[in-house]
Formats: sequence, C-alpha cells, structure tokens
Amino acid sequence: MARAIVNVPPKAKHGDVFEIKALIQHEMETGFRVDNMGKVFPRDIITDFVCKYNGEEIFRAELFPAVAANPFFSFFTTATESGAVTFEWSGDNGFSATASRNIVVE
Amino acid sequence: MTHGPGSTRRRFLTDAAAVGTALAVADLGLLATITPAAATPEAMRTAIRNVVGEAPVQTGKVKLDLPPLVESGNVVSVTVSVDSPMTANDHVKAIHLFNEKNPLPNVIGVRLGPRAGRASLTTRIRLADSQTVIAIAELSDGSFWSDSVSVIVTLPACVETL
Repeated sequence: MARAIVNVPPKAKHGDVFEIKALIQHEMETGFRVDNMGKVFPRDIITDFVCKYNGEEIFRAELFPAVAANPFFSFFTTATESGAVTFEWSGDNGFSATASRNIVVE
Repeated sequence: MTHGPGSTRRRFLTDAAAVGTALAVADLGLLATITPAAATPEAMRTAIRNVVGEAPVQTGKVKLDLPPLVESGNVVSVTVSVDSPMTANDHVKAIHLFNEKNPLPNVIGVRLGPRAGRASLTTRIRLADSQTVIAIAELSDGSFWSDSVSVIVTLPACVETL
C-alpha cells in the first residue's frame, strides 16, 4: 500500500480553525509521456481524495494529471468534537488508500 | 518460385509502393496520437464554462499564490485562498484551478463547506509551459470569483521522454 503521511493536530480547542496536511506516495503518471519507442505510458493517477471528520465530509478534491507526483494537500477545518479525521484516496487501476488520525477537542 | 498471371515485376513494385505509403500514413497517425495536444486558451475557456455555466466570473476575493518564475514545472507549489467569512450563509463551496497550456485545461477541483473555517488550499501541480494559471472560487450565493497569475517555467513537465 502506498505510503501516506497525514498531519492533524492531536489536540484543539472547540471552535479553533486548524490545518490538515495530507501527502501520499503516488507516481501520478499523466498518460501523456512517451518512452523512446514512442509508446505512451498509460495514465495512472489518483482521481479522488476525500477527508471526513467524524464521518462528515469536510474536504473533497477531484484530481487531474496536472497534479504533481505524490499529491499534497493542505486545508483547514473547525474543531467541533473529539473524534477521527479520516482520509481516502482512490484512483486508476483500482488504487485505494486510507489513513486516519484522532483529535481531542477540549 | 512460380509467378501467377497477375504477378509481374511491375505489379510487385506498385504493390510494394502502396504498402510503403500505407505504412507512412500509419506512422503519421501514430505520431499524431502520441504527441500530446496542448490545451489552448480556448480549451481552458471551455473547461471553465463547464464548471461555471453561464454565470459571470468576477475578478477579486480570490488570491492565487504561485511563484512567478518556476525552475521545474514538475512540482509547483500553489496556494489559493478566498476572502470569505465561511459561515453557513456565506461560504466558499468550491475552488477550481485551470491552466492554458498543459495537455488538459483542468488542474484540480476542490469542494469545501462552512466547516472549513478558512477557505484556503495548498497543493502541488505540474506546468507544461510558461502560461497563465487561473483559480476560480464558487461561493454559496452562486457567484464566481477568480484570480490569475502568469508563470514562467524554465523546465516544463508532463511531456518529457524517459
């Protein structure tokens, strides 16, 4: 499984806006590159990324080949309750990866 | 080797020439398919229309942060932030990024909601050439706002051969 690095603060105050960072190892082959023989490398990219906070979707991205290899996202959310922040990546050739972090909200 | 009535030296030569031409045509067809068609500013406008529909796109509110001179188009850090209070009544629903000259005009499309607290996105993209990148934000009231940045790319991405 692809290596994913996610960063969620372990603790936050209720109502605080905090940053979430997510990075995943992936080639993101565009489908536009050719080898020496003129053969096209078939497209192999991550197409969707979803982040949920206690099951509720807080961020969703639709990716195109123009996203650099090892897709990285940084975005924000508001601390509401303690629980899990989950991450899901899916893409070509049945690619799928998940990650999860717990956050304690005081 | 036996020769049929229609198989003369002349016939062989014309056939060979026909095959050669056919191969040449096939080669051209192959070249056409492997050369990535670059998105044009028109393709970008079409892609933007597909997202915003008939709504007017106004300039402002959005801040697209992109280095003006990029050493390598393979990894270009981009930050899009939108000036919005992010309340239930007034928030950013989506942020889209478009480019003029990559093989495809779309770069990324992101959906967020009032829970985000701050409408800001940082990611890393590829740029195939020096070009203009456009960020468009869709607000909860249905209006669209944009910002664009011209970038000079020293080493283009996407189209290099291995």
